[in-house]
Amino acid sequence: MKSAVILFPGSNRDRDMIKALEQISGQSVATVWHTETELPEAELYVLPGGFSYGDYLRSGAIAARSHIMPALKAAADQGRHVLGVCNGFQMLTEAGLLPGALMRNASLHFVCKEVMLETTSTNSAFTSHMEKGKVWRCPVAHHDGNYFADAETLKELEGEGRVAFRYADGTNPNGSLNDIAGITSAKGNVLGMMPHPENLIEDLQGGLEGRALFESVMQSLAA
Amino acid sequence: MKARVTVTLKNGVLDPQGKAIEGSLGSLGFEGVEGIRQGKVFDLELADRTDAQAKADIEAMCEQLLANTVIENYSIELL
Repeated sequence: MKSAVILFPGSNRDRDMIKALEQISGQSVATVWHTETELPEAELYVLPGGFSYGDYLRSGAIAARSHIMPALKAAADQGRHVLGVCNGFQMLTEAGLLPGALMRNASLHFVCKEVMLETTSTNSAFTSHMEKGKVWRCPVAHHDGNYFADAETLKELEGEGRVAFRYADGTNPNGSLNDIAGITSAKGNVLGMMPHPENLIEDLQGGLEGRALFESVMQSLAA
Repeated sequence: MKARVTVTLKNGVLDPQGKAIEGSLGSLGFEGVEGIRQGKVFDLELADRTDAQAKADIEAMCEQLLANTVIENYSIELL
């Protein structure tokens, strides 16, 4: 699977993401600076975690208006797959590629720890080769992960099986509505999630639980 | 010309920061504070244009960047 990671000033999980993609796909990963206006050919485009533009204005707000974004929106419209993790999820909501918003954690604290995630939907390429209902460990590290959407949007997300991951076992670290940790777009080709699966892909990191998501999207796109 | 944009959270959107500030005021001994919502203020300096044009321009700025209309309302004041 060909993939590309988009880089912003203040991104800091970009190398983790590139390493995870390279290790699991066995292919080199393209990188794209945010001032570009065209994307390289790829099946998966990734917005990595970090603190683009120092989280000024709102997390992800300024990155979501950068020069590369129209190309990313066009790619998503054409059905290309887009993954946003943490700050990337914040960018996807700010750019209107996913509904809702990510607000300050209810505790007001930055949280950096492991949570338990339940794979609640296997409707999209990202999760179709994962086990529905399985609860797995995953790290989080964020200050603004408190997912909010109005009641109608929430009903739509739930009704259409677009909540891909939910915090499980009482480990919701941020107060997100319905324990939402990750959602997909209506067509299923865009996934945004707060937790960092790219940080649990080799033994040195303490586990391999994050690999399933990357393997799933690779299997789906290869099929 | 100068203008001020005030961005506030919509009703029904939880504001944990406002709650924390409310609690802190209570602990300082201020009584009867029944609610606080935290917002943002932007002071703009614009090259001269008509008031109507300024309002239209700033409204576009709010819709596209200054406010996230999923969770926030905005108001515009020409000063």
